[in-house]
Amino acid sequence: MQHKKTNTDDIISMANQLRWSIGDDYHDKLTEGIYTDAAAIAKKTVKTEGAKGAFNPDATIDKILTSRTWGFPIMLLMLAVVLWLTIEGANVPSAMLFDLLLGQVYPLLKGLAASIGLTWWIDGLLIDGVYLAVAWVIAVMLPPMAIFFPLFTLLEDFGYLPRVAFNLDKLFKKSGASGKQALTMSMGFGCNAAGVVATRIIDSPRERLIAIITNNFSLCNGRWPTQILIAAIFIGAVAPARFAGLVSMAAVIGIAVLGMFFMFIVSWFLSRTVLKGEVSTFTLELPPYRIPRFWKTVYTSLIDRTLIVLWRAIVFAAPAGAIIWLVSNIYIGNSSIASWAINSMDGFGWWFGLNGVILLAYILAIPANEIVIPTILMLTVATIGQTTLGAGSGVMFELDSASATGELLKAGGWTLLTAINLMLFSLLHNPCSTTIYTIYKETGSKKWTTVASVLPVILGFIVTFLVAQLWRIFVG
Amino acid sequence: MSAKTDSPCAGCKHYNNEGLKKLGVDVSEFDYVIALAGNPNTGKSTVFNALTGLRQHTGNWPGKTVSRAEGGFSFNDKKYKMIDLPGTYSLLSTSEDEEIARDFILFGKPDVTVIVVDAGRLERNLNLVLQILEITDRAVLCLNLIDEAERQNISIDDRSLSRELGIPVVPTIARSNRGIKELLQTIDEVATGRLKIKPHRIHHLPAGLKKAVTQLSMKLDKQFPNLPNSRWIALRLMEGDQRVIDALKSGKLA
Repeated sequence: MQHKKTNTDDIISMANQLRWSIGDDYHDKLTEGIYTDAAAIAKKTVKTEGAKGAFNPDATIDKILTSRTWGFPIMLLMLAVVLWLTIEGANVPSAMLFDLLLGQVYPLLKGLAASIGLTWWIDGLLIDGVYLAVAWVIAVMLPPMAIFFPLFTLLEDFGYLPRVAFNLDKLFKKSGASGKQALTMSMGFGCNAAGVVATRIIDSPRERLIAIITNNFSLCNGRWPTQILIAAIFIGAVAPARFAGLVSMAAVIGIAVLGMFFMFIVSWFLSRTVLKGEVSTFTLELPPYRIPRFWKTVYTSLIDRTLIVLWRAIVFAAPAGAIIWLVSNIYIGNSSIASWAINSMDGFGWWFGLNGVILLAYILAIPANEIVIPTILMLTVATIGQTTLGAGSGVMFELDSASATGELLKAGGWTLLTAINLMLFSLLHNPCSTTIYTIYKETGSKKWTTVASVLPVILGFIVTFLVAQLWRIFVG
Repeated sequence: MSAKTDSPCAGCKHYNNEGLKKLGVDVSEFDYVIALAGNPNTGKSTVFNALTGLRQHTGNWPGKTVSRAEGGFSFNDKKYKMIDLPGTYSLLSTSEDEEIARDFILFGKPDVTVIVVDAGRLERNLNLVLQILEITDRAVLCLNLIDEAERQNISIDDRSLSRELGIPVVPTIARSNRGIKELLQTIDEVATGRLKIKPHRIHHLPAGLKKAVTQLSMKLDKQFPNLPNSRWIALRLMEGDQRVIDALKSGKLA
């Protein structure tokens, strides 16, 4: 054994000596050797026919999509079209789902529970808590996701994502990050946890950390519905009816672009302070455009993305529904735990143009961003004791349209400022628990996980504070 | 979420008439392990899906698969476990995706490594192919996307390519399942050892480097007679690759 070990050490020291004798350019020489072989084989086996410089559709499309002048406008236009289709298309199926799950199934379940004489609190916990939370999440989230994800996947299969990366490369380089971060950012628009895992394509540990920490600034699909709903209710309502859709879409794009802006700023800040270093170069292959196989893409994106994300939301929503019902129905003295928490946070929330309901909803919704809106609505009913719209305190209720949601929120004291700051806070707050866990798994560091989790919340409070103060000075 | 492997079609004689049975994620018992390697965006995941019947998400951008995915299929009564490795341009750097790919081929010792290449970009793809052939001597080249290459007026002489590389070459269009049957047949032949192969080894190395590699690999061969890839290990040792050094010390390689 001893003998063998010495021999291994011998080999290693011999390797080191040989390496010195070859010189600094060892790696280059090796790479060169491989390329020479590759070129020789290719020369013998590959034949290219036809006139060179003939019309090349890929190059022509690339010239437009990655052009200095048109690259960015086209990118925003694509995003706008996708969002517009999502907002406009989701209304009808959403209303149908509401009608089915809350208008018909809910009373049926209630009737059933009454007929078998279910104890009031079991009935409340299961039907008014768990069932309503799940039904809400399905009705709010399924339609926009079923439209947004297939559209996004079609763009991806067509080959547009690498062009986005190409366009954004310069901005990322300027902020001291890797150009590949543009790809992980795009993944983040689908899901931040997926975006964090995707950072494995980045070689430099420094740049990878930057990409992980800032991925949360990509508006993820759990937050798109919040943005879309609040924009439609409050911001679209400010504009004349004909332009309501366009204006709310512009607002959502504004938030998404603001997120990208924060991604650049924070990357820039990190790469000049705690994560200093050289920017590494990389080659990005622009793959050929491929006409996506439409139905196959729609099918796989529904299965792979929509249903998996929806399932996750349901898994988190069910217990959250139970907890919401409990905090709204367990009383300490004269008020429920929920209203006690909301009242005590209202003052703090005021400084940021938010309110106690929103803050409590964000605490309850740490497991999943998807359930923020349902939680907010339910808590609002609980605190203002609105019984005309809902079925009573602590019950998630039936709202058949966005306008009814708006009425309720206005009754709960919401203004345009509350809506804008909710949108900002939804962009700038801690990642969901799945993403936090993924960050920990990928970095293996408690320190960086904490930074990635806390930094966005701090930014969120700073931004909403500034907006609230300026709003009160200038708008009143 | 577990994939269902019992399809109502399974009883029909047309279902299994090619000897292929897609086993989805059921990889419990298997006879052979197949690694799927290749450059990013060459349709690796599409080949993976075509063989396993899984619907691993595919997308048209490089670097989509960042961790390895596993699936299984059975062919001619043999069960295969297939691992879809992250797409990489090379195995020489230290990014995590390249390490996952390299470690699996080196330490996982797959029975067959299927290397998927884009027929329209063969020369660039060969860089990785040649590196893999230094590590393993059981490989099959899947010459994918030949339809796209044809559209670009590129034709490839797959027979002489096979001769040059010393491994079987199967032209495919994985998107529409063309050539998958032949690919299976070839994988089967290499896995069972019916097809003996002698892969290409890089020979255009600069003189000094070549001499050093030969010297070191001879010494390695003497010490570890069963090492299938002493030349490549020698190259890595000279690069100062810590993982390979550790693996050599712990006897993990031989």
